[in-house]
Amino acid sequence: MRILVGVKRVIDYAVKIRVANSRVVTENVKHSMNPFDEIAVEEAVRLKEKKHASEILAVSIGPTKSQETLRTALALGADKAFHVEVAENEEVQPLQVAKALKAIVEKEKPDLVLLGKQAIDDDSNQTGQMLAGLLGWPQATFASKVDLNGRDLTVTREVDGGLETVKSKLPAVVTVDLRLNEPRYASLPNIMKAKKKPLTKLTPAELGVDMTPRLQILEVSEPPKRSGGKKVGSVDELIEKLKNEAGVI
Amino acid sequence: MLPFKSSVSKFASRRINQNIIPLISKNAFSTSAFARSAIPSLHTFTEDEEMLRASVAKFAKEQVKPKVKEMDEHELMDKSIIQGLFEQGLMAVETPTEYGGSGTSFTAAILVVEELAKVDASVSVACDVHNTLVNTLLIKYGTLAQKEKYLPKMSTDTVGCFCLSEAGSGSDAFTLQTRAEKQGDYYVLNGSKMWITNSYEAGIFLVFANVDPSKGYKGITCFIVEKDMGVQIAKKESKLGIRASSTCSLTFEDVKVPAENVLGEVGKGYKYAIEILNEGRIGIAAQMIGIAQGAFDEAMPYLFQRKQFGEFIGDFQGMQHQYAQIAVEIEAARLLTYNAARLKEQGKNFVKEAAMAKLYSSQVAEKAASKAIEWVGGVGFTRDLPLEKYYRDCKIGAIYEGTSNIQLQTIAKLLRPVYSQ
Repeated sequence: MRILVGVKRVIDYAVKIRVANSRVVTENVKHSMNPFDEIAVEEAVRLKEKKHASEILAVSIGPTKSQETLRTALALGADKAFHVEVAENEEVQPLQVAKALKAIVEKEKPDLVLLGKQAIDDDSNQTGQMLAGLLGWPQATFASKVDLNGRDLTVTREVDGGLETVKSKLPAVVTVDLRLNEPRYASLPNIMKAKKKPLTKLTPAELGVDMTPRLQILEVSEPPKRSGGKKVGSVDELIEKLKNEAGVI
Repeated sequence: MLPFKSSVSKFASRRINQNIIPLISKNAFSTSAFARSAIPSLHTFTEDEEMLRASVAKFAKEQVKPKVKEMDEHELMDKSIIQGLFEQGLMAVETPTEYGGSGTSFTAAILVVEELAKVDASVSVACDVHNTLVNTLLIKYGTLAQKEKYLPKMSTDTVGCFCLSEAGSGSDAFTLQTRAEKQGDYYVLNGSKMWITNSYEAGIFLVFANVDPSKGYKGITCFIVEKDMGVQIAKKESKLGIRASSTCSLTFEDVKVPAENVLGEVGKGYKYAIEILNEGRIGIAAQMIGIAQGAFDEAMPYLFQRKQFGEFIGDFQGMQHQYAQIAVEIEAARLLTYNAARLKEQGKNFVKEAAMAKLYSSQVAEKAASKAIEWVGGVGFTRDLPLEKYYRDCKIGAIYEGTSNIQLQTIAKLLRPVYSQ
């Protein structure tokens, strides 16, 4: 059983985002692996340690620097890495990523695809779902628990109403959520071992994927600054204020 | 410097042919001239070193940071943190892979120490002493049997410590009094050691004892002593700083050590001690720049949150000048440290540079930690913030692994032959 894990290089979650010229400033800003992707990699490694999987393939679609993220995935326990290289500052959108992943899935034939539920830069929460649709595979998103028994997959999903358990058979696409696991650190011995693991470069053209964005970003701006609240004395006052001052009812 | 040199030679040859000689090559200040330089800056690391640094920073922030205050208060290192250090491979950075280590560079070890110190100087020094003093001596001078017996343990779960100082011998290390008497296949150790880092948790002790006091320092021999051979913890010191790092006095009462546990040659212990402390010095420098940066990073955000007189205190010119100055000094200390590490890796002479790095880094750490508290003001003086801990922790930098005065002596002694007849 082989697992394909998608990883994305994003601005580090702890960095304070700055917006300039209707885009987020990315130069000289610390980047790291998308936190949800770390959880996906961790789950894949745990499945391998439990002998459910024999090989983990890590994939990233991005500029040259995405290789750092792939090397980290290798250091965390992936066996092979694939880098679909795009130009620096080229926009990479979920549909195109899903198409590229589909091409790799058809090439490498994994039994399970693990992805982060969303990337923290665009928060799209689309790639996994689109990939499953394109492949015609079952999907289980927002996974907080993953159980594998042979080719039977049981996933507990965190949904608005609570927890939902879904069952399917492999092959399937699973997107992972925060509480699935706590990712490990890349230990020094594993960092050294990662050096010998293969990293294959691919181009979208080779995969037959058109990376042209289908969505155009019109504007990027900071959310409005939080203004102070007010205290009210009664429910009537609250309703009056919501109606007349805030204009929301 | 390279681009300027090449510019000079370029118009030195032009001089012959041209009447008009430009004073400075028009490319001298352009970035493309610098891009042609083949020698990378001291901020250049291998991919492994970068990944390691990022991983250790994460580990320190997520696993160590939550326990820092508690460990400091109780003067006790959390066992799970020591275990974490072993699990991450951080206690065997340079150890060859056949003994359970990662066989990584000395600079990698330095980066580990630096990143840990940004969060907790105690955890940092525990890792530093274990790697740069104990592991390295075993790797360098151990027989195959000794390496096979002890290095794997030191890579997985056994903490090591370096036992040189005594109550009566600190800077004057070689007047140590601990005796090792040869009795058949054993040496019997008698004496005591003081100020030994890691000794509370250690299972392996590198003990320097004299086999023949009539030979003076040439009788000093290094012994690999296991805790079970009878090492006694006499007293655990209660300290101003690095409180979670155990510092104990040890007593050796007729401790029998097999003769095969002599590390290297009998009577050469003094040499090994000097050598290894030259390297260990760079580790302490790394700890100090970690403390300096850690304190700086804790204080700076506050400067842009706190407003007085309608402005962020970080925007007052007086404050700007202060934190800019400190940033310069931290960078200088960092470069001294990285350079000393790279010189050592290159196999070049690094004694002077290592002494300079340790001396200066400990001074900068004290300055930075002290200023950081001032910048944050009253609340920086409370124990609610981690700043006061950096201030307490930095003081040891001027004292252990060679006091600042000794570093100055070392540097002076190395300068003298350059300028004297």
